[in-house]
Amino acid sequence: MRFAHPVGTVTGLAGVFLLALLVWAAPARAFEIEDHKAYPGTGGIMIAIISTADLAVFEPFILRFQSVHPEIGIDYSVASSAETHRAIVEGAAFDVVISSAMDLQFQLVNDGLARPFRSEVTGALPDWARWRDLLFAFTAEPAVAVISRARFEGMERPRTRQELIALLRARPEAFQDAVGTYDVRVSGLGYLFATQEARNSDTYWRLSELMGRLGVELYCCSAQMIDDVASGRLALAYNVLGSYAAERIAHDDRLEILTLEDYATVMLRSVLIPAQAREVAAAEIFVDALLREGLRDSPGSWGLPPLREADEPEATAYGPIRLGPALLVYLDRLNREAFIAEWADAMVQ
Amino acid sequence: MRFLLVEDNRELAEAVVARLSLDGHAVDHAATLGEARDWLSVAEYDLMLLDVMLPDGDGRHFLSESRMRQNVPVIVLTARAQVSDRVDTLDLGADDYLTKPFDFTELEARCRAVLRRRGGLARNDIPLGRAVFAPAAGTLTLDGEVHPLRNREIRLLEVFARNPEQIFSKSQLLDRLFSQAADVSENAIEVYVGRLRRRLSGAGVQIETVRGMGYRMTAE
Amino acid sequence: MIREVLSGLRRGSIGGRLTVLLATIAALLSLLSWGMVTSFAREAAGRTQDNVLAASATSIAEALRSEQGEIRLELPYSAFAMLGAIGEDRVFYRVATESETLTGYDDLVVPELPAAPGVVATDTLTYRGLTLRSATVTRRVLSGQTPVLVSVTVAQTRSGIDAITAGLSRTAALLSVAFFLLAVALGAFAAHSSLKPLNEIAQAVGRRGPADLRPVRRDAPRELEPLLTALNRLMERLGQSIRRSEEFIAEAAHRVRTPLATVRAQAEIALHSVEEESQKQTLRRVIRAVDESSRSAGQLLDHATVSFRADALSTQELDLAEIAGRVVMGLSPTAEMKDIELRLSAIPAPMRGDPLLLENALRNVLDNAVKYSPAESAIDVTLVEDGRNYRLSVCDEGRGFGNDTLAELTERFRRGSNVSNIIGSGLGLTIAEEALNAHGGRLELSPGKGGKGACVSLILSAP
Repeated sequence: MRFAHPVGTVTGLAGVFLLALLVWAAPARAFEIEDHKAYPGTGGIMIAIISTADLAVFEPFILRFQSVHPEIGIDYSVASSAETHRAIVEGAAFDVVISSAMDLQFQLVNDGLARPFRSEVTGALPDWARWRDLLFAFTAEPAVAVISRARFEGMERPRTRQELIALLRARPEAFQDAVGTYDVRVSGLGYLFATQEARNSDTYWRLSELMGRLGVELYCCSAQMIDDVASGRLALAYNVLGSYAAERIAHDDRLEILTLEDYATVMLRSVLIPAQAREVAAAEIFVDALLREGLRDSPGSWGLPPLREADEPEATAYGPIRLGPALLVYLDRLNREAFIAEWADAMVQ
Repeated sequence: MRFLLVEDNRELAEAVVARLSLDGHAVDHAATLGEARDWLSVAEYDLMLLDVMLPDGDGRHFLSESRMRQNVPVIVLTARAQVSDRVDTLDLGADDYLTKPFDFTELEARCRAVLRRRGGLARNDIPLGRAVFAPAAGTLTLDGEVHPLRNREIRLLEVFARNPEQIFSKSQLLDRLFSQAADVSENAIEVYVGRLRRRLSGAGVQIETVRGMGYRMTAE
Repeated sequence: MIREVLSGLRRGSIGGRLTVLLATIAALLSLLSWGMVTSFAREAAGRTQDNVLAASATSIAEALRSEQGEIRLELPYSAFAMLGAIGEDRVFYRVATESETLTGYDDLVVPELPAAPGVVATDTLTYRGLTLRSATVTRRVLSGQTPVLVSVTVAQTRSGIDAITAGLSRTAALLSVAFFLLAVALGAFAAHSSLKPLNEIAQAVGRRGPADLRPVRRDAPRELEPLLTALNRLMERLGQSIRRSEEFIAEAAHRVRTPLATVRAQAEIALHSVEEESQKQTLRRVIRAVDESSRSAGQLLDHATVSFRADALSTQELDLAEIAGRVVMGLSPTAEMKDIELRLSAIPAPMRGDPLLLENALRNVLDNAVKYSPAESAIDVTLVEDGRNYRLSVCDEGRGFGNDTLAELTERFRRGSNVSNIIGSGLGLTIAEEALNAHGGRLELSPGKGGKGACVSLILSAP
């Protein structure tokens, strides 16, 4: 049974509940939805959004959007970047696709699965934040390292990756089984961070090998990694999505962001309107609002950082990951196999 | 006076010669410029009357030539009445011009004017008793005193002086004295005769009335 | 429509024609150059894309290697990064042996592989409804123990080069328009300057006086020489024709006036020989008729001359006093015949005008005065400066004008109503007035001093 996403038909809490049951109950579903919530509007319109961003992160924006456009209802589904990509490739009926996996988003666009959209707001985006009229970035989010204050007690904070390597080498007892990072085999974002970092610097492989020797813990998602750092199970989480970390640190003083000054890998969270979108006009209004959010000058109230973050000093070493055909390189089956094999050699010892 | 008339129209030439002879002038006639040159080489003239259109050339071109040779005063007789022609003619050295057809009294007046401008010629002077009449200058000299005469007085005196003893009727005098264009009565003759008598008193000549016939000049 | 425009051009100015012609040529050249630049741009951009695609395909092919009998490939990052250089184009690729796809898009199949390994074949193909430009290169790689031919195809949409071409085409169009405008301006300038000699000749001829028929002597461009020659020939013919007609008029006048003179002379002679008063009266009438016709003919000719010269007035420096002196001298013998005294009093009066016209005007006025004055009277000719004008007055002691107004007096052919017995016509005053009007002056009639006689004044503005 294929999952046909109901749009505009299911409203209210009961609907959400039923839907959730349906999703969980479906054994041969085409893609996996992790979370879902509908925000009905006053008009008959309901746009279906599939996103990699957690509801908690996105809800403030949705509510703000609906206060301006109460007539537009929003059906928000959360999925992993790989599932999100698959949903669109398989033709699921979504009106907006939001993902942090730039490479997968680019592949959708390259394969002709996006619908062109041009507006005043898309015109205002910097060149690097947009690919043709198809794919638009609305955040610039660096990958960061998060440490546990308690476990770093008395230790000097390393300022570069070289210093981090030196510290890990010097104090293996303190970090044994206490370092976490993405499992690139399951996390699209983790794979993106890893491949881009590997391309940029050879320290990545040295760090990976070191983490492998220390019995690295592998995670699917940033949130759990941060949870484990907060609890003290981990001393260090490497390549955590900076925006999530920042939000957590804001009300959790057990955590601390380790500022590595040598370089930062900056990911662009991007949005596209799929070719099969039905509520195109409403989707365009939503995308415009989202891009306007991306163009705001200061971080403000919303947790997702604006595009301006890409201009911050720590991000300037390489700039944000470029939107372009080079993103296809690590998606290549042979390349992916080769990279994962090498990664596994380093990490899983 | 002695005139040279250069005119190719024979009939006009004859009429002019006859008319001028009536006044006692001697006139030689040349029908072509060639003949005119011949006359000029053998005789001396007081005045030349020159037609401009002649069979062997333009009279105006002859002007400079003839003037060089003899310094004879020239009055051009022209059929061209336009302003520009008059100016041209005078510029070429003619002393005066007259448009055909012309009034003989006017011709005479112009001849006189030309001669007077040239200073007059003493050989044309006519002795009248003790007085000398200079028709060209228009004066009567008596007892060493020079009296200028009016035009009509000169004309009348000239008629009498050149034809002494000849009786002229009032009508004849009228025709000689006045332009035919003018409307003058015979009484005017009596006025002029009266004036001449006053001027001639003491000169030894008189204009006497021949009853029923007219007037004549006689020695006193 | 086009024929109308062409015939309009033929009638219109040469400068306009030349400009339109040059502009048309410039437009064609601009269009041509725009088309050429656009096609060059397309070709150059296409070649650039081909080169980049070839480099990309080659770098991928070079990354192919055989490892433990298996074909391995690590796609070089630069192979795809360089494809982003041209523009934001969609990229497709396929690495395949003859039997199976190793990686990339399974369905991206090029119709023809290059002739030999290492040779790059470029092609344009349609894939997923898109027009792609592709580069394919083949390479033999060991698979197990046998070498297998592996083909690498890299394809890209063409929107980048279309954008480059469109941009260059736009720039070329702007340049072409600028070139066109410049060419039109230069064309207009060239037309103007090449027509300059023609205008100069026209002005030189236009400045001439009415009777100036001398040939135009001027350095003219070779092309204008035939025109100049033709113009000079025309002037010569015109001059000849004028001379002929002048000669004709002179001849005609001579033919008419000479017999008239004969008649008049003979009538005068006859007058002396006839005694009968009635015969004398008849002869006098004959003489008067001859005089009148002669005078009328003369005045008609004068009037024609004055009208002609007044229409095309050519002025020169002159002294009105000199003219007055000449006219008075010319008419004094006539005045003397009636013992009329002509008294001239004139101040020097320099001005610009046509001396012939002014002399004619004064002569007619003075001639009239002499005609209408009684014998033994006086005529005063005075020239004074009166404010901004010269006033040249002819005052006689004659009968005056009666009740006639100036307009009536000067009316053509009209005689003064109280002078019917004196030969003459109102044409004299008409001639005078026309001559004065041509100089911006006027004629003024007024009664003489003390109510005796009349004054005719020629009023001309002093410089």
